[in-house]
Amino acid sequence: MSIELKNASFSYPGGFLANENLTLTIAPGERVAIVGQNGAGKTTCVKMMNGLHKPCDGDVLIDGENTRDFTAAHIARTVGYVFQNPDDQIFNQSVRKEIEYMPRYFKLPDEEIRRRVDRAVALTGLEKYMKKNPFDIPYPIRKFVTIAAVLATEPKYVIFDEPTAGQDKWGTEILEHLMDELEKDGIAVVTITHDMEFVARNFKRVVAMAHKNIIADGTAGEIFGNDAVVEESRILKPQLTILAESLGLPGQILTCEDLVTALTGLN
Amino acid sequence: MALIELQNVTYHYPYVKSAALQDISCTIEEGKFYGIIGENGGGKTSLCNLLRGLIPHFYQGKLEGKVTIAGTDVMEWDTGKLAAKIGYVFQNPFTQISGIKETVFEEIAMGLENLGVPKKEMVDEVLRVMKLLNIEELMEKNPNALSGGQRQRVAFASILAMNSDILVIDEPTSQLDPQGTQDVFEIIQMLKASGKTIILVEHKIDLIARYCDEVIVMQGGRIVKQGPTAEVLSSPELPELGAVAPQVSQFGHAMAAAGMPLDHIPITIEEAIELIQKQKGAAK
Repeated sequence: MSIELKNASFSYPGGFLANENLTLTIAPGERVAIVGQNGAGKTTCVKMMNGLHKPCDGDVLIDGENTRDFTAAHIARTVGYVFQNPDDQIFNQSVRKEIEYMPRYFKLPDEEIRRRVDRAVALTGLEKYMKKNPFDIPYPIRKFVTIAAVLATEPKYVIFDEPTAGQDKWGTEILEHLMDELEKDGIAVVTITHDMEFVARNFKRVVAMAHKNIIADGTAGEIFGNDAVVEESRILKPQLTILAESLGLPGQILTCEDLVTALTGLN
Repeated sequence: MALIELQNVTYHYPYVKSAALQDISCTIEEGKFYGIIGENGGGKTSLCNLLRGLIPHFYQGKLEGKVTIAGTDVMEWDTGKLAAKIGYVFQNPFTQISGIKETVFEEIAMGLENLGVPKKEMVDEVLRVMKLLNIEELMEKNPNALSGGQRQRVAFASILAMNSDILVIDEPTSQLDPQGTQDVFEIIQMLKASGKTIILVEHKIDLIARYCDEVIVMQGGRIVKQGPTAEVLSSPELPELGAVAPQVSQFGHAMAAAGMPLDHIPITIEEAIELIQKQKGAAK
């Protein structure tokens, strides 16, 4: 039981090859960050995970089911995908309608719809926006509407495509809390992000992509500690990792606590 | 010299009861690089709209207080001339792309076309900014078929081509990878070196710390803090104001809490290295 990419390749119509021979397994309940330069193939890769793209070569299995044999609508019940651009996803007139849409489509009892919507809203902090038109609320907050809409479908795996873009302190904290809650429920979270401090704080496993391929898959410490990977995937080390390296401190230092501990010798 | 001067400005969008901007006073000086930070919904984009005259010329609504741009009251400015003087890069590149041009080249040329710039000059300028932003290979692509990061670069290029004196840039890097972000900051730094005045809204605080001269913090429609970058970003009250401190400043505060305070709170890595070495030296 897991999401398995087996030598999966994908070309867009017209022949542009976006993913080449990807092999990757996401276990239930796991939390994985996908990082890498613009155009590396991150979004294409996650769209293969929920059946929006079917591999041109190789296989993608969701809990043993080959995505080729099922519709994206079927797979979306297991793997939820939150679009990079919220405007590509939203189509209802109010935030509430947008979040209720899928549970209603599933014809769930009213009580269950209410439970799911309430939980999704609590996790995304959208209480005060429920009656608004999604297009009248600020862009970074609109992103939470799309996250809530996907959470209300209660998938087993959730994919966030650049949720950190444009987020302020409030938004980043909501995201971090949300991921912790999903982890408690055993829901796997795959997140594409360019925010390396966010990665350092929240992810144990990091997948680095560059030019259509996965070039590294390891712990945050391993990825940020590997200069060749950092350079090839055009990511940046966390600020305090750079600081620790400049000071010649040993070990994998990723966060503020790591660095203070190393310097004050509390360990 | 004061290029833009805001005195006790309060602004309401039409039909909205609460003020989007409240009692704003600040001075934008020529040739400086300003960073606007703070919570979403706190008034950053409204402040941009005010600085570039879209408030009140486009949005209407109720404006109180005084706004002076290059010595002339904003109400007396011709909007076309103002648009040529102040360039604006939209927060959402998906919004800025015109949708009426079929190639990236034409999209970037559109502003110059509207200004009636001669063809030869226009072509040279478009090629120059494409090279600068490293998007030459996108020249013949359809702007609507680009990735988020590519679109953001095209949106930035189309404003750079206008060569305005003042640039108001609203989150130009939200869709870019770390290296691409770094590149954009280097370009902004270059524009500053060529004498342009820059006003940048950005959440990437570590880069604000490195590049900006002054920082303005907004919360609830007000300016809650403003001043030289080091002074604002090293302030311990920053989180209460809805803003994030640079990583190295957070580290500085944590060292103080752990009983080993540095000489002062650093805002850049270089500064932090120096302070730690100084502290080690003093301990010996």
